[in-house]
Amino acid sequence: MRFRDHRVVGDILELAQRYRDAGADELVFYDITASPGGRTVDRSWVARVARLLDIPFCVAGGIRSVADAEAVLGAGAEKVSVNSPALADPDLINRLSERFGAQCVVVGIDSQTVPGDRSHRYEVYANTGDPRLARTTRRDTLEWIREVQQRGAGEVVLNCMASDGVRAGYDLAQLSAARAICRVPLIASGGAGIPEHFRDVFAGARVDGALAASVFHLGTIEIPALKRYLAAAGIEVRP
Amino acid sequence: MSGVVIIDNGGGNVASVRYALERLGVGALLSDDPERVAAAERVILPGVGAARDAMRRLAARGLDRLVPTLTRPVLGICLGMQLLCARSEEGDTPGLGILGGSVARLAPAGGLAVPHMGWNQLEGLAPHPLLSGIAAGDYAYFVHSYALPVGPDTVARCDYGGAFSAVVSRGNFHGAQFHPERSAGVGARLLANFLALGA
Repeated sequence: MRFRDHRVVGDILELAQRYRDAGADELVFYDITASPGGRTVDRSWVARVARLLDIPFCVAGGIRSVADAEAVLGAGAEKVSVNSPALADPDLINRLSERFGAQCVVVGIDSQTVPGDRSHRYEVYANTGDPRLARTTRRDTLEWIREVQQRGAGEVVLNCMASDGVRAGYDLAQLSAARAICRVPLIASGGAGIPEHFRDVFAGARVDGALAASVFHLGTIEIPALKRYLAAAGIEVRP
Repeated sequence: MSGVVIIDNGGGNVASVRYALERLGVGALLSDDPERVAAAERVILPGVGAARDAMRRLAARGLDRLVPTLTRPVLGICLGMQLLCARSEEGDTPGLGILGGSVARLAPAGGLAVPHMGWNQLEGLAPHPLLSGIAAGDYAYFVHSYALPVGPDTVARCDYGGAFSAVVSRGNFHGAQFHPERSAGVGARLLANFLALGA
């Protein structure tokens, strides 16, 4: 169970504590405005989160260099997640993996079929944090998943853009296609609306984790109840 | 004599371990100074990284000779636990030789991925004060590519396409392959138990 959002620090700590106490297995902190603006991010909150949390957490957004990652990991995060900077500089994945180990390196991928394109292939989008800058890279998503693994990614978070925010279920077709070629942990993102969606993505696409934001932020789904539901449905979860 | 010393061995989880102790109300000193380590009531050897590099760092401060002579409770975490063993297959590295057995690369059955990364269950718990309040089936957070096979010092194991040592103990030396600092209540319990062990 993960969440993502862009909030001020007080809110971050409050949310982190809330989700920790609710039994989240891991938290992902997305600074979704960090990449398009090219700005330097204030990272002092990472250490404050690390003090608070007794579960693993990942920092995503604005990690463009080994030095950026070193600051975040040294402050107590378990993992960094790279998305747009890895598309602009794929060797960044190699450098991060060689320096910190694959287990610290998550590659986030925003993907969908291109509207109007009849090939129905999935393409990787960049800079999705800002609707004005978001664009397809023309990279084939499945090719990119293969490449990031070769470069040393230890985990892939696949955010299926067409499902994201719609709360109509994860994109099982796309996630299943990714699962077939992804040997590292694969985390589903985008589309959770009801507990059945979590069951379906674990049972149907055999993902290793399911990430959700709005259903938890809004309180539509409570994590303890979701975990009881999944356990009863035969999905292995940490109580 | 001073409280808890976390050996600062350049690993990534040093800060997290210190925060975990803070959450238990215990301040710890980060140090690689042999005098401070020798004077501590409790010593924690954390570690994330490669075995050879970590042993080299310990040797550079004379800690490779000091740690095996400590008589108060010592806890190795993740790589720190592996360093307590006789040797590691990782870089064919001699360890501190406190625990028996050789650390080997995980070779899980069923095509499971290495590193083993995520929450997994503790099994086969022996009655041991370090495991007080922790039960078989409880989840802990693991991140590792190497592990100590189950042996005479194993007091809890974990299964990931095959069993390995999750918690070990021999005399005043203890180790956890998982990360107690990131294992929620189970991890906090293990750390509290370690702090409560009789010196």
